[in-house]
Amino acid sequence: MSSLRVRKLKNRLMIGLCAASVALALVPLVSVFWLVIKEGAAGLSWTFFTALPAPVGELGGGVGNAILGSLFIVGLASALGIPLGVGAGLYLAERGGGWLGNAVRFTAEVLAGVPSIVLGMVAYALVVVPMGRFSALAGAVALAFLMIPGLARATEDLIRLVPHSLREASLALGVPQWRTSLRVVLRTAAGGLLTSCLLAISRAAGETAPLLFTSLNNQYWNARPDEPTASLTVQIFNDAVSPYDALHRQAWTAALVLLLLVALLNLTSRLLARGRLRGS
Amino acid sequence: MIAAQPLVQPPLSNARAAPKLQVERLDVHFRARHAVKDVSLTLADRSVLAVIGPSGCGKSTFLRAINRMHDLVPGALVKGKIRIDGRDVYARDVDPVLLRRSVGMVFQRPNPFPAMTIFDNVVAGLKLNGLRGNHAELVEKSLRQAALWDEVKDRLKSSALSLSGGQQQRLCIARALAVQPQMLLMDEPASALDPIATARIEELIHELKERYTIVIVTHNMQQAARVSDRTAFFYMGELVECGPTEQIFTNPKERRTEDYVTGKFG
Repeated sequence: MSSLRVRKLKNRLMIGLCAASVALALVPLVSVFWLVIKEGAAGLSWTFFTALPAPVGELGGGVGNAILGSLFIVGLASALGIPLGVGAGLYLAERGGGWLGNAVRFTAEVLAGVPSIVLGMVAYALVVVPMGRFSALAGAVALAFLMIPGLARATEDLIRLVPHSLREASLALGVPQWRTSLRVVLRTAAGGLLTSCLLAISRAAGETAPLLFTSLNNQYWNARPDEPTASLTVQIFNDAVSPYDALHRQAWTAALVLLLLVALLNLTSRLLARGRLRGS
Repeated sequence: MIAAQPLVQPPLSNARAAPKLQVERLDVHFRARHAVKDVSLTLADRSVLAVIGPSGCGKSTFLRAINRMHDLVPGALVKGKIRIDGRDVYARDVDPVLLRRSVGMVFQRPNPFPAMTIFDNVVAGLKLNGLRGNHAELVEKSLRQAALWDEVKDRLKSSALSLSGGQQQRLCIARALAVQPQMLLMDEPASALDPIATARIEELIHELKERYTIVIVTHNMQQAARVSDRTAFFYMGELVECGPTEQIFTNPKERRTEDYVTGKFG
């Protein structure tokens, strides 16, 4: 009898501990959101999204070029990184049994653990030095390096979930193996792949370090891949380390915009994932 | 293509065409495991061969050797000859991809492509091989042959997964027929289905026999007796006996066959 009571007491204690750790984990999360919204919301306006940064000392201005630049760099990075990451994952899942597969897998794991600033340096050496200038392309290369390993592993896992019976169905219809991989296996995993890609994109969108000495920054509009380009993250960094109060406020608002952008991407991927679950 | 000349001209009284399928001394190994041992049999055009035997006796392995599905399994080794219309499918100049287009296969569990509509599933064999065009006629013909047309004609654009298990299996049969094969291999096509769906598949086999040569693997002996002209009994990788279905079930030559068909083991 008493042992039962002790057990129930232990049960309650453990549930209480779990609830307490959840609450504790929520503190930094909620405070980040709260602080960014509190400090940043005041600066939100139409011109903030459309205008160029105002010169120091003048009021107003925006980060339109940085928003566009971020989209531009991340878009370029996706164009480079997604085909390579997904392709590598497809290879690992379909043909990655031998030593080459294990080597690729090991490399991806190491690459995933490399600090992003190091990837920025690699892109500097590979792109900025030969081109002789900072550019959106260099930033995109650095971000693509960042996206590839995670995407490759996620793709491998997703492809492995595709039932073997579907491959057999396709092969038994006289479809060659490479077509089976591309048009049956990849297509069946498409929903999950889309989610993984959006998560990789949102992660890349939040990176500053790889962009600092690759895409650098730009006070003006730019849509050329071989020119230095503004990005939200670098803009925030520059504003935050400046001595001016107006720029500090601009940094807060830019941070809020970045947060909303990333949240939007995450939300989209969640909705897509849920739609996929309901579909099957 | 060179048609094989029979070594001995058949007597006029037995003026049947050369067999559609000839298996000669077939052995299949998976690394150290000897799964099919020295199997030889023949099957006439437009007839049904049922392959029966207890689980693990090599029935499916035998079936998959016919359309070279073992080519894709690392460590699998196939020896012997399998001739279709006199031509050895393991000959060096035979492309397994092309072979599989002329030898259709239906699997144990219905496996329609989940990301495709009913329509697209039927023509998957053509579309995946890059044949574009309007396949509406072929879809109707294949679905009619698979006895599914009337049930799905109003929802060809819905997902293949919206169909019941039995309908999905008939869809898979239609998909196999749409590439216009000469032979149809069926690997326990009704074992995952309820009795009504099973009866429909069996009825369908009777109809398909008019046009196709069919090899069906089943561990349901009554099903073998109902659908087939000839029956082959496999046990431990060996072909124990192969003969007309009626004889196998009523008057088998081998003791092991009799014990199996009367339910003494298996």
